[in-house]
Amino acid sequence: MSRFRTVAPAIGLVLVLAGCGTTTTSPSTAASTPASAPPAATASAPGSVAPTPAASQGDKFKGVNVNILTFNGPQVAEPLQRRAPDWEQLTGGHVNVVAVGFQTIYDKALLDASTGTNAFDAYVFNPQWLGDFTGPGYLMDLTDRVNNDPQLDWQDIGPFFRDFNATYDGKVYTIPLDGDFHMVYYRSDILEKDGVKPPATWDDYLTIAAKYNGQDLNGDGQPDYGSCIAKKKGAQSYWWIISIAGGLLQGKGTADGAFFDTTNMNPLLGQNEAMTKALETYAKTADFGPPDELNMDVGGTRGLFTTGRCALSMDWGDIGTLTPGTYAQDKTGATITPGWNQVLDRATGKLVPCDATTCPNAVDGVNYAPFASFGGWSGAVNAAAPKEQQDAAYDFLSYMSSPAISGVDVTLGKTGYNPYRTSHFENIKPWTDAGLSEAAATNYLGAIKASLQNKNMVLDMRIPQTKRYEQDVLDTAVSQYLAKELDAAGAEQAIADGWNAITDEVGKDKQLAAYVASLGVQR
Amino acid sequence: MSPALASNGSPITLDPGELTAEGGAPRTREPRRAIPSLGALRSDGAARWLFIWPTVLFILGLSLFPLVASVALSLSKLTFRKGGIDLTWVGFNNYQSLLFGLERSHFLGVLKPPNPIGWAVVIASIGLMGWAWTRAVRSGRYGPFGLALRLFAGVAFVGFVWVLVQAMASEGGRPGSLIVTLIFVFAGIGLQLLLGLGLALLAVQQVPWRRFFRVVFIIPLTITPVGVGYMFLMLTDTSKGPLEPVWVALGLRDFTWVTDPWLARAAVIIGDTWQWTPFVFIVLLAALESLDQEVREAALTDGASRWQSFRHITMPAILPVTTTIVLIRLIEGFKIIDMPNILLGGGPGTATQSMTLQAYIDWNTLNLGRSAAVAYLLLILVTIVATVFVSLARRPVTEVA
Repeated sequence: MSRFRTVAPAIGLVLVLAGCGTTTTSPSTAASTPASAPPAATASAPGSVAPTPAASQGDKFKGVNVNILTFNGPQVAEPLQRRAPDWEQLTGGHVNVVAVGFQTIYDKALLDASTGTNAFDAYVFNPQWLGDFTGPGYLMDLTDRVNNDPQLDWQDIGPFFRDFNATYDGKVYTIPLDGDFHMVYYRSDILEKDGVKPPATWDDYLTIAAKYNGQDLNGDGQPDYGSCIAKKKGAQSYWWIISIAGGLLQGKGTADGAFFDTTNMNPLLGQNEAMTKALETYAKTADFGPPDELNMDVGGTRGLFTTGRCALSMDWGDIGTLTPGTYAQDKTGATITPGWNQVLDRATGKLVPCDATTCPNAVDGVNYAPFASFGGWSGAVNAAAPKEQQDAAYDFLSYMSSPAISGVDVTLGKTGYNPYRTSHFENIKPWTDAGLSEAAATNYLGAIKASLQNKNMVLDMRIPQTKRYEQDVLDTAVSQYLAKELDAAGAEQAIADGWNAITDEVGKDKQLAAYVASLGVQR
Repeated sequence: MSPALASNGSPITLDPGELTAEGGAPRTREPRRAIPSLGALRSDGAARWLFIWPTVLFILGLSLFPLVASVALSLSKLTFRKGGIDLTWVGFNNYQSLLFGLERSHFLGVLKPPNPIGWAVVIASIGLMGWAWTRAVRSGRYGPFGLALRLFAGVAFVGFVWVLVQAMASEGGRPGSLIVTLIFVFAGIGLQLLLGLGLALLAVQQVPWRRFFRVVFIIPLTITPVGVGYMFLMLTDTSKGPLEPVWVALGLRDFTWVTDPWLARAAVIIGDTWQWTPFVFIVLLAALESLDQEVREAALTDGASRWQSFRHITMPAILPVTTTIVLIRLIEGFKIIDMPNILLGGGPGTATQSMTLQAYIDWNTLNLGRSAAVAYLLLILVTIVATVFVSLARRPVTEVA
């Protein structure tokens, strides 16, 4: 027996070590980010864009080496790596792009900054993390620079991305390189043939999905689906539910916030009629979707939509740039995320009809709230980097975001970047160069413009512990609801309890202040 | 730490026999004579310091440090500030939350009053433990401490069965990650053992192409678990996967593996079994090939049936090896993460969320304290299961030996 007794602690030690190893090396499904388009999606090669005159400043950064941490998509890192030599030629500096897995960026950047290692001069990451980075002062305040930079042309960037996404507590910390928000895609050929208008409300969405579900939509003789919206756990489900709930939760503009009541930090995605309606609608879309939609992430629904198997789908801007060369080419229309005729009365938890007071931004009585989920890849400069590196890193990010450079990059599926500037949807040529027909490009850009100009856009959560609120509590509760482990009331309770627990753990006042600051609300 | 290693100061003459493995014959003193140049280090104390301590410290650093650090982490909360990380002591909050608080429904499961079958299982387990303990008392082999320990183990077992039936044999109950992990481990290992043994028995026969099949059977073992996960993700995709035409031809157009919790768990177990059966197969094949065929042939000549010769000759002979394989697979199986994570993300709902996956999600959302707490509870569970398995398997193996 003695030998066996000695075995047990040894097993224990091995397990702890192995356990540590498992957690650090295991793959992440959550890495399916908005930018992770299927590899099949290859757009035409980029035209080599001449450097902008403003950037031609000789050997301004001669001998300066800039280390930038980003996502190894291969999208997202691709344009940075491809454009770096051009910038190096212009400035004499050198850019070293360190590309890592999606989940690793956050930890690596946070540990790099918090431990004072400062191996990176800049990060191209998720602006949702601003709350965790600006609080301890890890990022450089870029407010003055962006406002005095002709190369960047700050005012050309969409007001939402400029004033909310790049800004935290009134200060600019990031330079947008990508514009991420949800839109609804539909099969323009079949809807037009039947004289059906694209969905304006989620009720319309369900009606259209029901109408086309079970019909052959791509001529292969097999029945297809009315709606494809990903529902897999550990993927993007928590973002779709926010998109559906957005129009019910937020009526008075972006600063109103869609996650918490800005007066008392009560979760809005909690126990109220709006959340019940949103959950029921999300679950209802599954009735018109593929049988295994519950286990499908956005890669799966993109594959189905581009092969002509879905009448409707919800996605980031990616489907627009993925359709060239697929069955859905020139058969795809895009529209602003549907809204609602009702909105939540935060005092009572009941839904009330939309009117001039409750939904001042409503269009034809519909309260739209396009959700800038994730927010788009953005560049930030490390506050602790040496001055020379900071200047060079800023210049490179500004170069990447400049209208001429980004105007081409956002039209290419391989970059993972979506439009975020006014000039991006005013200049149609790069889009037709990338393979979209003029009609498709106009329609796609029209939907982007409608979303970008909407004053009620929903800003994604950006407070400390955002990952826990969204990827742990919200994702789990929504998955449990979709799998019928919880009913709507149970899921709402789970979200409210889980979110309140995190809020209390960090400190309610601190989190409320952070949430208000993230919305740019001045008190 | 061995007392010999702890002592220092005055020179101690070390008997090399002390360092040999248990049961090994004491070595002769020849090796010492073979290195006369160490004469200067005649003092064994100094030699011990020089040669043993660095290794001991290295191993302790690698093994004990993570063990202690993860205990500390599981009892604290991590926050970032400028210039560093703060660990705030939160006591047993993380454990409390998992076992009794907000996270209990995810960790233990949703516990509801048992149905009649559940009650029957509970009563049976109480009866079994009572009988075993009474037997231990009557045997007179154990002192008061041993009996108390056995009583405690019995009560703990009944407590575990009580949690199990509330989650599994009740109206509205649902297993959490702890029970889901146990389902994966025991169902997976059971299948792997049966299939591995079956394949090994086939491959040991003098059949044509046997070398070819031996190689083919081992292939799954060489694929990385992540790759296997993605492969099964494609195979279980009934709407656009490579098997879609098969499902349609079978009239199962609307069939899916992934909406029913038990079908989803079955998909994970099938994938895990596909990957690990070859391991069981290859070890058992080696054990079977090393058997003395004469005994078996003699038995057959004496009129024993094939089953009798397998039951009374082959099985006892391969039992020690089988026990070892099961122990290795038990320890390995508890860490299952790739298959449920890639195939289903732990879904539908939380149906396939294993403990390691739960720890991973917590770790991923920088909830390091709770992640460490889950990992520690996993360590305790594995230690208990492995120890119980070893104690139960010891007697039959010893009898065979």
